Amino acid sequence: MGLTLLSRRDPLASTERQLEVLTTTHACPPFDKRLTDIGLAPLRATGITVFQINVGKLCNQTCRHCHVDAGPDREERMTRETAELCIRVLAQTEIPTVDITGGAPELNPNFRWLVEQATARGRHVIDRCNLSVLLLPSQADLATFLAGHKVEVIASLPYFRPSQTDAQRGEGVYEKSIEALQLLNRIGYGQEGSGPKLNLVYNPVGAFLPPRQEAIEAQFRRELLRHHGIRFNHLYTITNMPISRFLEFLLERGNYEAYMERLANAFNPTAAAGVMCRYTLSIGWDGTLYDCDFNQMLDLPLADKAIRHIREVTPAALAGLRNRMIVTGNHCYGCTAGAGSSCGGAVTT
Amino acid sequence: MDTYYHPHDLQKFADMGKGNKELWDKFMGYYSAVFAEGALTEREKALIALGVAHAVQCPYCIDAYSQACLEKGSNTEEMTEAVHVACAIRGGASLVHGVQMRNVADKLSM
Repeated sequence: MGLTLLSRRDPLASTERQLEVLTTTHACPPFDKRLTDIGLAPLRATGITVFQINVGKLCNQTCRHCHVDAGPDREERMTRETAELCIRVLAQTEIPTVDITGGAPELNPNFRWLVEQATARGRHVIDRCNLSVLLLPSQADLATFLAGHKVEVIASLPYFRPSQTDAQRGEGVYEKSIEALQLLNRIGYGQEGSGPKLNLVYNPVGAFLPPRQEAIEAQFRRELLRHHGIRFNHLYTITNMPISRFLEFLLERGNYEAYMERLANAFNPTAAAGVMCRYTLSIGWDGTLYDCDFNQMLDLPLADKAIRHIREVTPAALAGLRNRMIVTGNHCYGCTAGAGSSCGGAVTT
Repeated sequence: MDTYYHPHDLQKFADMGKGNKELWDKFMGYYSAVFAEGALTEREKALIALGVAHAVQCPYCIDAYSQACLEKGSNTEEMTEAVHVACAIRGGASLVHGVQMRNVADKLSM
């Protein structure tokens, strides 16, 4: 298993260094200029339908492309006090979806409490799951807990073969992922038309764009069923963002400028209009508010300096957040390339 | 010019339209139609293109279609097999001409 940038004391562990790399590229025009060219600047939210909580950076894996720089050595995790603030704000709204991410969010001791509180208030809960966490001895009852609360599992599986998956996520992860998917299927996940939803996430295993979502979903469905008897509901394609450990990979291999050029050449105005930050509020492990999980990992908080923390969110402030100005940068090319990319997969068809 | 091939020249492909836009547009229209999903998938067509790129030994095409194959969801095992198909046909084309060699040799020999 690899180490995090932080534990290696790599300069890229600093978000200032990452932003410097992103803003000084010559491979693409500034992202904000592209938004201006298509009449979308300044980008504004259109509402809040997703309340995304990142409960911390602790993870049992150290994936090579991770935009969080998550890993077993990371100690940032959301406290119960902050989790309670999140639920208090959620209760003041009718935001339908609570999307819990990390790290491996399930390793946070407050994860199950958050799930119970959100589902008790009638909200749809998503768990962004790395699959292998379901096999940890300490999480033996996790799968049944998730099923019991009808939590939608969005699970990372970059490819339907071991070599590609292990190259991105670590030696032996493919085998564990398959075992975890079979476990989820056994307790009712991923069945068409009924039961809790099991959706997969495809990330390219390298410096290239994802395939057309429908095409790669069909390939996954055929291969996973044929070789492992696995069923799932949908597959989402997500473009790798040029930040954190994926940025390290790009720079190490001399792919950075070409990748930024590839993203910028594939800029899609329709995808730009539908980016997820326009309908998401992202909350960090310490309660800081962001437009999205990527801005969170680059330490780019909300533009409005008056509302920076979940404790500052009042019903009046929420109204303002629904059409807030969104902080953008060159990393945003990752969400607007090709068919677009979001936590729910491609933005356009 | 220190070499005939530069990777960044691939980006200048569209400059070929400057000499004769009509022919360029016709070519690109045809090209796009060929690679669109049809009886074969876009992924299968990209694999064929990769094999042909190796047969014609075009570095631009190898660069473009290696990336295209990955972006269509193919893996390096499939891409390697596509290159072997090109290799087998090229090698086989040489070898099958050995029949002509044998015909000539048989005619000339006692």
